[in-house]
Amino acid sequence: MLSSPYVTAQNSVSVIMLKVAFALLPAIIVYAWLYGPAIIISLCIATVTALSMEAIAMTLRKRPAGAALLDGSALITAWLFALSIPAIAPWWLTVTGLFFAIIVAKHLYGGLGNNVFNPAMVGYAVLIVSFPVPMTHWAAPLSLAGESLGWSAAAHYIFSNHLPDGWTLDAITSATPLDTLRTQLKLHHTIAKIEQLPMFGYLGGRANEMVVGAYLLGGLYLLKERIITWHIPVALLGSLALISGVFWLINPSEYASPWFHIATGGSLLGAFFIATDPVTAATTPRGKLIYAAGIGLLIYLIRMFGAYPDGVAFGVLLMNIAVPLIDAWTQPPPYGHKEVRT
Amino acid sequence: MNETSDKQNISAGQYSNAPNKKTVFQGVLYTFHGGVHPEEHKSASSGRPIMPVFIPTKLIVSVQQHIGEAGRPCVAVGDHVDTGQIIAQADGYMSVAAHAPTSGTVSAIAPHAVPHPSGLPGLCIHIQPDGKNTWVPRTPTDYLNEHPSTLRNLLRDMGIAGLGGAVFPTFIKLNPGKIKRVPTLLLNGGECEPWITCDDAIMRERAEGILQGAAVMRYLLQSDRVLVGIEDNKPEAIAAMSAATKQVDFPVEIVSIPTLYPSGGAKQMIKIITGKEVPSGGRSTDVGVATFNVGTALAVHRAINHGEPLISRVITVTGNVGLPHNREVLIGTPINELLALAGTHPEPVTGSLMGGPMMGFELADMAAPVVKATNCILVKSARLFPAPPPARECIRCTRCADACPADLQPQELYWFSKSKHFDKAQQYSLFDCIECGCCSYVCPSHIPLVNYYRFAKSEISTLKSAERAANLARERFESRTARLERDQRERAERLAQKSAIKPTPDADAAATIQAALARTQAQADEPKV
Repeated sequence: MLSSPYVTAQNSVSVIMLKVAFALLPAIIVYAWLYGPAIIISLCIATVTALSMEAIAMTLRKRPAGAALLDGSALITAWLFALSIPAIAPWWLTVTGLFFAIIVAKHLYGGLGNNVFNPAMVGYAVLIVSFPVPMTHWAAPLSLAGESLGWSAAAHYIFSNHLPDGWTLDAITSATPLDTLRTQLKLHHTIAKIEQLPMFGYLGGRANEMVVGAYLLGGLYLLKERIITWHIPVALLGSLALISGVFWLINPSEYASPWFHIATGGSLLGAFFIATDPVTAATTPRGKLIYAAGIGLLIYLIRMFGAYPDGVAFGVLLMNIAVPLIDAWTQPPPYGHKEVRT
Repeated sequence: MNETSDKQNISAGQYSNAPNKKTVFQGVLYTFHGGVHPEEHKSASSGRPIMPVFIPTKLIVSVQQHIGEAGRPCVAVGDHVDTGQIIAQADGYMSVAAHAPTSGTVSAIAPHAVPHPSGLPGLCIHIQPDGKNTWVPRTPTDYLNEHPSTLRNLLRDMGIAGLGGAVFPTFIKLNPGKIKRVPTLLLNGGECEPWITCDDAIMRERAEGILQGAAVMRYLLQSDRVLVGIEDNKPEAIAAMSAATKQVDFPVEIVSIPTLYPSGGAKQMIKIITGKEVPSGGRSTDVGVATFNVGTALAVHRAINHGEPLISRVITVTGNVGLPHNREVLIGTPINELLALAGTHPEPVTGSLMGGPMMGFELADMAAPVVKATNCILVKSARLFPAPPPARECIRCTRCADACPADLQPQELYWFSKSKHFDKAQQYSLFDCIECGCCSYVCPSHIPLVNYYRFAKSEISTLKSAERAANLARERFESRTARLERDQRERAERLAQKSAIKPTPDADAAATIQAALARTQAQADEPKV
C-alpha cells in the first residue's frame, strides 16, 4: 500500500516531451521554409527509425514498449538528431546515427533516465567521426541556391543517394558559415572581408540565423513553461560569448564576434534543447551553471582550435562525463545546514 | 523575501516590554525554498460552524496518543469513571496522562485497533458511557501565582500534547530549561494541508481561548513576542484572531502568510516569519522560537483556566461524505461512529485517511478510535483521489528539488534509497526530509518518492539498532571474556599463592638459605689442617 501523498499534480514526462517537441516546431517550419522540404522528410525518417528502435529495444529488454513510445523521449532524440545533421543526409546515415543514439547510448546504459550521454549527440558524434563527407553536405538556403530540391527530388536523393538529372550536388549544397569562416581564415582573409560573402547575414549565416531565431523563440517558450530553468542556456551562451568576446576584442580581424558565435551553428539549439536534456545534465543550480559554462567554453575551443566544424556535440558529451562530479560538488546546503545567524 | 508588509497587522511599538530589542522583521516575511500549491478543497468543510460533541456507544482511549512512553493504566475493569478522570498516568518523563472522555464504566483494558500508519493494535482502555457525563471537580488555576514547574506538571496530568499532529508532550516544550526564556512564542495556524479546516474553525470561533492559552505559554516561556502565523487563505480566521488580540493584555501579532504548502510545517513557518532556519537535528528554541499549534494553545487554556483535561478536540470530517464538517469529538470515539454523522457517501468509498492527502495515512480499520493526533478524517473516492499513474523512470528533471522545502535533492535521495546506498543517502541529508510529499506531488514520472525515503529511513534505523545490538553483544562478550580471563588469572594466582606458602619463598628465607650456603662454602674453603 502506498503511503502519502495521495494527490499528484497534473504532470507527466509525456507532456514535458511534447512541449519540447512543440517548442521545436517554429524552427522546423522556418527551416523548411528557407531550405526546402528535405528537413521534413529527414525528420519523418528519424521519427520512424527512433520509435522502431525504442520499441525493439524495450521488447528485447522485456519491458512494455507502448509506455516508452508514449513518453516521447525517443521522439525528441530523433528530432534533435535530425536537426543536427544535414537535412539531405542519406537515409542510412540517419538510421546509423539513431542506432547509436537509441540502442547504444540510451538502452545499453539502462534506458531513459539511466543514460550518461546525450543520445542525440552520441549519434551525431559517431557520424561526424565515421562519415565526415556526407555530414558536410548541408543544403544551401533557397535564397542562395536559387532553387532547391522539392519533395520528390529530396526524397529521391535521401533514399537513393542520386540526384535527379540536371542537378549537381554543388548547386544545392553549401558549406556552413562556420566551415567557411575556418577555410577563409586559413587563406588569411580578415573577418570583415569574410563576412562580406553572400552566405553571411546580419549576425550569422544567411537564412540559418532565422532558424536560430526560431530556436530562441522555442527556448523562451520552454523557460516560460518551466520545462527548463535559465541556468543552462544563460551559462552556456554566456561563457561562449565571454570567451569569444575576449579573443574578438584582442584581434577582431581574425576572431569572429560573440554574436556570430551565438547565432551560428548549433549554439542556440544546444543551449536550449540539447544541453538542457535533464537526464544527462547537471541537476543542482550551481552545477548547471558549471556544466553549461564548460560546454560553452568547449564549443569555442573546438570551433577555433579543433578539427570539427562545430563543438556542441563534443562539448555536451565531454561535460556529460563530468556531471556526477559536478553534482556531488555542488550540493546546496539543505534546510538547517546553512550558517545560522545568531 | 519579497513579501511586503501590506498584508500584515503588525504595528511597531508593541514591544514596550523589550524596548531595546530589534524586532526580527517589521512587516517583512521571508520565504522557504520550494513548496507546492495542491488543490485546497477547504471550502467543503469550512462553511459550517463547529458541530457539538456527542457521546458514542463506546469509547476506546489509547494509552499511547503522544510521542514518548505510553501512559500506565490506573483504573481496573469494572471501575466507574467520571468525565475528566485520569485513567492512564504519565509514565516516565516523555509522557502525558489520558482521561475518561465521559463518565461510565471501564469495560476492558485490552489491545484495539488504533490509527497508526503501521496498522498495528495498541493498548486501549474501553469505556462504556453511562450517558450522564458527570464531571470530576474542575478547578481553574490562577497560573500567574503558580510555580512554572507546578503548571507544567499540571499540563502533563491534563494530557496536553501537540494537536498539530506530532503530539509531542506540551509541558516539555514549555520548559525553557537552561536558556531560562524563549524570546518568541509562535502559534501555528498555518494549516496548509488540503481539505483540513479544524484549526481554521477554532481560530474563527474560539480565538480568544487560543490567545488565553498563549498567555499561559508566554508566562511559562517568558516570551516577549507572541506571533500567530496564518495562511492568507483563511481571511475569517485572520479577522477573528486580530479582533481577539484586543481582548488580551499582551501584544500579539497576527501574521498573514502566503498560502503555500507546507508553510504550516513548524520549520517552514519559523523560516517565513523569522528568516532563521532551525539547525539540522536541533530544536526551534535554538533560534529562540517555541512553536505550538493553535489547537494546543486552546487545550492549554481549557486545562488551566477551566480545569478541563484534553478529552476532546475539533476534527474535520470531509472528502467523500454527505456532510463535510468540523466537529468537537471526544477522544476515543470510534471513527466509524463519527463518520456515521457525516451523512451517506455520495460515491463509492475507496478508503479513508487520517490527516490530509499530503501527509496523512490510510486507516486500516474504521473501528479505530479518534486520538489526540486526529485532525481530519478524509474519506476517499476514486474521483477525488484517482490512483496515480504507474511510476516511470526518473529523468532527473529536478522538479522535486525545486519543490523541496527542506532544500534537499530528492532525485539523488531516490537514487540512493532505491539502490540501498544508505550511507550516501544519509550523506545527502535523508534525515532532514520532513516527508511533506511535495516531491512526489510534482514528480512527472509519478514516482512515490516519499515511500522510498520512508523505506530508507526505516532500513537505516533497523540497521542502526541491529548495529547497536551487535555492539552491545560484542561488549557483553568482551566483558564476559575479560571477566572469565580475570577469574582464571585470579584463580591461578590464588593457587600459586597457596602452593608457595609451605616453602615460604620470601626474602628472609632466601637470605637464610644464602647464609647457610655461604657458611658451608666457607667451611669447605677453609684449608684442612
